[in-house]
Formats: sequence, C-alpha cells, structure tokens
Amino acid sequence: MTVVAEPGARRGHRHAARAAWEEEPGPLGKAAKAVLVTAIVLAVLFPLYVVVLTSLSPQEAITRAGGLVLVPDGFSLAAYQEILSGGVVTRSVLVSTGVTLVGTLFSTTLTILAAYGLSRRDSYAHRPLLFLVLLTFLFGPGLIPTYLTVQAFGLLDSYASLILPTAVAAFNLIVLRSFFMNIPQEIMDSARIDGASEFRILGTIVLPLSKAVTAVIALFYGVGYWNAFFNAFLFLDDNRKWPLQLILRTYVLEGIPIPGAGPTDTVAGGPVPTLAVKMAVVVIAVLPVLLVYPFVQKHFTKGVIIGAVKG
Amino acid sequence: MDTDTTATRAPGAEAERSGAPGPGPSPSPRERRRVDRRRRLRRDWPLLLMTAPAILVLGAFHYLPLLGNVIAFQDYSPFVGILNSPFVGFDNFQRLFGDPAFWNATLNTLYITAFQLLFYFPVPILLALLVNSLLSARVRLFIQSVVYLPHFFSWVLVITLFQQMLGGAGALNSFLRQQGLTPIDVMTNPDTFVLLVTAEGIWKDAGWGMIIFLAALSTVNQNLYEAAAVDGAGRWRRMWHVTLPALVPVIVLLLIMRLGDALSVGFEQFLLQRGAVGADASEVLDTYVYYEGVVNGDFAYAGAAGLFKGVVGLLLVLGANKVAHLLGEEGVYSRR
Repeated sequence: MTVVAEPGARRGHRHAARAAWEEEPGPLGKAAKAVLVTAIVLAVLFPLYVVVLTSLSPQEAITRAGGLVLVPDGFSLAAYQEILSGGVVTRSVLVSTGVTLVGTLFSTTLTILAAYGLSRRDSYAHRPLLFLVLLTFLFGPGLIPTYLTVQAFGLLDSYASLILPTAVAAFNLIVLRSFFMNIPQEIMDSARIDGASEFRILGTIVLPLSKAVTAVIALFYGVGYWNAFFNAFLFLDDNRKWPLQLILRTYVLEGIPIPGAGPTDTVAGGPVPTLAVKMAVVVIAVLPVLLVYPFVQKHFTKGVIIGAVKG
Repeated sequence: MDTDTTATRAPGAEAERSGAPGPGPSPSPRERRRVDRRRRLRRDWPLLLMTAPAILVLGAFHYLPLLGNVIAFQDYSPFVGILNSPFVGFDNFQRLFGDPAFWNATLNTLYITAFQLLFYFPVPILLALLVNSLLSARVRLFIQSVVYLPHFFSWVLVITLFQQMLGGAGALNSFLRQQGLTPIDVMTNPDTFVLLVTAEGIWKDAGWGMIIFLAALSTVNQNLYEAAAVDGAGRWRRMWHVTLPALVPVIVLLLIMRLGDALSVGFEQFLLQRGAVGADASEVLDTYVYYEGVVNGDFAYAGAAGLFKGVVGLLLVLGANKVAHLLGEEGVYSRR
C-alpha cells in the first residue's frame, strides 16, 4: 500500500506565505477565488441549513414563509415528537439502526478475518482465493440473477436480505489486507515460534496495530448500511420492515401517506406528512452520517484508502 | 508461495535428470511438492478457516448468481426453476435487440455517460486545482471537509434535498413566485433531465472525487515550480507544464474506469426520478432490467439485458485498459 501524504498538508507547518518567486495574484483574481470558494461551500451547506431550520420551526412559521423557512422564526420540536412517538417512521429508524449495527459487525468481522487469512504471501491456496475476491471487481452478477438467488434462499422479505448479499465489499477487504501485509512479519513470526495461534496473533498483535484502518472500514460499512436503499427496495415488500431510506423515499420524496405513519392515524391512508415532518425525517436520515463524519474524515485524508487498490 | 515452490523444484529437477528417484531419502519432485502442500495445509488451515466465511458470502451472493445468468438463454419460468427450464439459445437476445425500449435505454445511458464525461469529469480536477491554490491550510481543510460530506449521503437524501431546493414547491420556485416571476420546472422536465442528474452527481461526488487529484498534486516536486518561475513561466504556464503532467496518470486511470463503466450510470438516482420525469428520458439500462425483470416478471428477458450489459462492460474495461497500456500508462491493472 502506498501511503499518500495528507493532501491538505502540502505546505506542512510553514506559514501561509507565498514563495518568493510566486507572483501575487491581482485583486480581481483574489476576489473571484473568494467568491467561488464561498459559493461552493454554500451550495453544500445551505440546503442542510434550510432543512434543519424548517424541521425545527412551528407550523405558523412555515405558513408565514410559504414553504421552507430561511430565517429563524420560532422553535418547535413538534415534528420530531410526531414521528418519534411510535408509528412507521419510528419503526423504520429502529430497523435501520438494527441493520446498521448487526450488518457493520458482521461485515467488519468477515472482512478482518478474510483480510488476515489472505495476508500471508506463502499461505496455502491464498492466490486462487485472492483471485476470487479480486474478480468480483471485474464482473457483477447482475440484478436479476441476484434477485432470483435471494429468492431461492428464501430470503425475500427478511432482514437478512438487507445484509447478506452485500456483506463483503472486496474493496474494503483488499485495503485491509494491504495494511496487514505492511505490518513487519518478524513480529508475527516470533509470536508463531512462541506457539501463538493465528487467531491469537490476529487478536493481540495485528488488530491493535490496525485500529485506525479497521475503524475506518467499520465506519464505511456502517454508513453504507445506514444509507442502503437498493437491497431493501428490491427484496422487501412488507412496509413494516422498511428501513428509513425507503420511508424517506415514499413518505418524503413522493409524499405518499403511509398507514400508521403517525399517532393520529385514524384515516385509512394515514396522515399526509407536513413539511416540518418531512424535513424532520430528512434530518434523522442525515444525523448519524454527520455524527460519524468527523471520525471518518480524520482518517481518510491520511490516505488510508487511496493507493491501496493496486496493493 | 513462489519461494517455496522454486526451492523445492530446483533440487527435484536435478534428481530427475540424474535418473529415477535414487535409493536415497529424496522422493520424486511431484511427491515432494505434494508433501510440501500437505505440510502447508496443516500449517495454514486456521488462515483458510478465517477466509472461509467471506468466501462463502461471495460464493453465495456473487458467484452463484453469476451462474444464474444462464436464464438469459432459457425460457425461464419461476415455477419450473432454473434447472428444468428449457434452453432457447439466443431467442431472448434476438427479442432484446428488436425492442425499441431497450435501445432507448441504451442510448439514454450512453448519452448520459458522454454528457458526464464532458461536464462532470473535469469538475473534481478543477476543484482540486482551486483547493490546492489556497494558501491558508485551515481554509483548505475546512473546504475539504465540506465538499467531501455529500458523498456520504444516500441518493434518496440527495434527491430529496434537490427537490426541496429546486422542485415545484421548493425554495427556488417559491422565491421566483414571490418576486412575481414564472417558476421554472427543473425536477420533472425530461428535456433538462441530463443536466439535473449531472448537477446532482457533481453536488454529491465531485468533492470526493477531488481527493485522488489532491493526492497526486501533493507529490509534485515544489522545486519544479520554482525552476519554471525562474525560467520566466507565468502562473498558467506552470500549471500547464508542471501541474498537469503530474495529474495525467490519474486522469487516464479514472478515464479508463469511467469508460469501462460506460453502461452503468447508477441505479438509484434514476429509479427515484423515473416517476417524475418519465421513462423516455430517464430509463437507463439498469432501470430497464429492473422493470422488465422484477416488475414485469420477465426474468429471462431482463436477465439477457443484464448479461448483455455485463459482457459489453467487461469488454470495455479490458479494451480501455489495453489502450492505456499502449499509451504507456499503467492502467487499472498491469500484467505484473
């Protein structure tokens, strides 16, 4: 694995000074750059700001604004109370949380084990097995055969169908394996001579040395499971098993009422979501990502991921 | 592995040349390799045990479905099953190639790929050059953190945000209405759909795509810039003659990967907007396969479409990589 220097740290600890030979840009160039950078940052952050603000606004403020609230105008948690007090959205949050926790644990465990199992250059049959892993990059099995396979295993409409088909990401496996291979072999050899089993070496030597990369891979799996839409869309008919992303699509994007979506569910079709409720669902869908983002970000800038593909 | 086998082969070959396995303790080379293999198996079985679960998952959900592609050559019926459905040769493909809806999906896919190559592909490069030109490390890190973020959002979320900003009841159109202007139709207009998906793609992933270019930029020898400046090269000439050459290998690599993926433009993004925009503009190969197969239940036919896409995609990857080798670039994989 080629470890790439942190992209942001090109000039190291030197102060933000221009090199002597570098000409000062004109005022117009400087202004253009500032405007451009501000516009880019706003393009990302503005929608998030509006969504969060609207979800926290009372209904009167939304009516006054005629839609999304751009300027703070009152504060209300009513939307969150409505969706989190039982009902379809609450259930989908629980489903997504459960699938994310179990899936991440499962995927990370399998990936660590296989990455270590394939990390010794001279081990038995590691070449054909590695080839099997790498080949998955080149040719996907296709949607229809995958659907039929899941169906044949009797996994349609099961939570397992949200985890098993995409449990092992070859990319993560290869990244982790490259990392393991860079750990000095002498440490492991001496443990082997002392009679340590492979499982013990993995647990007491290799893993403690690879905490950061393992954490990043777990977080990547976690974000993947939380965001997963495809498997649930394809394999789940029963909307009581839907994860949050499917609720987000039906309830918020398409605005279709779902039976049992709110506590006030007396109408046959369920309540039509108000704008504040919609935005609250969006916020709940982004929140976990925003929470783990600083941890992921801290590590991927260090080039843990880049360059490992060719390892 | 290599060292082991060559080590055993060398003395073995000698023994072979000197005649049959002598009376000594040295067994025939083949036998010795077998013994060696058995020894390694005895030593390495814990490693194999560790690898097994992941390989099982890949086997069950990647390689088994891969075999399932035979339904493309069958008159498949779910009630009869894969094993007993009759083979019909290339009938499904014949029907596929005569279907205007299939060609519509293929053309849409290629059109979107071409459009994105022109208008999406350069964005991360420009973004990286912009960020790299910022002097303050703190500002640079802040911008990186901000623009990487949307990569970690799901497509449902991204499209919901776009709908809230640009949709019929969204922020842009309520603003236009308040100003007494005519609202513009962005989210449901088939004619501008390609612009919309490209904008969504840029918003979500252009920042993330920048990482690899920033990494390449960080490897440029700073003395080259100084030398060029001393030789009288201005800002733009330095960018052309020093910066860009450093980016070329990465650009070629990503270009190959994108070309190899010419037939996939993403599934969720299109599926989610197909209802609003209509199939004419938004049907791509992946959604076509989904609707024909899972929705209409025509599994064999959709399987044929999927297999066609897979095989052509594979050929494109191999072809693009070949071209890269001819150009003297390393490509996605090399023949080491």
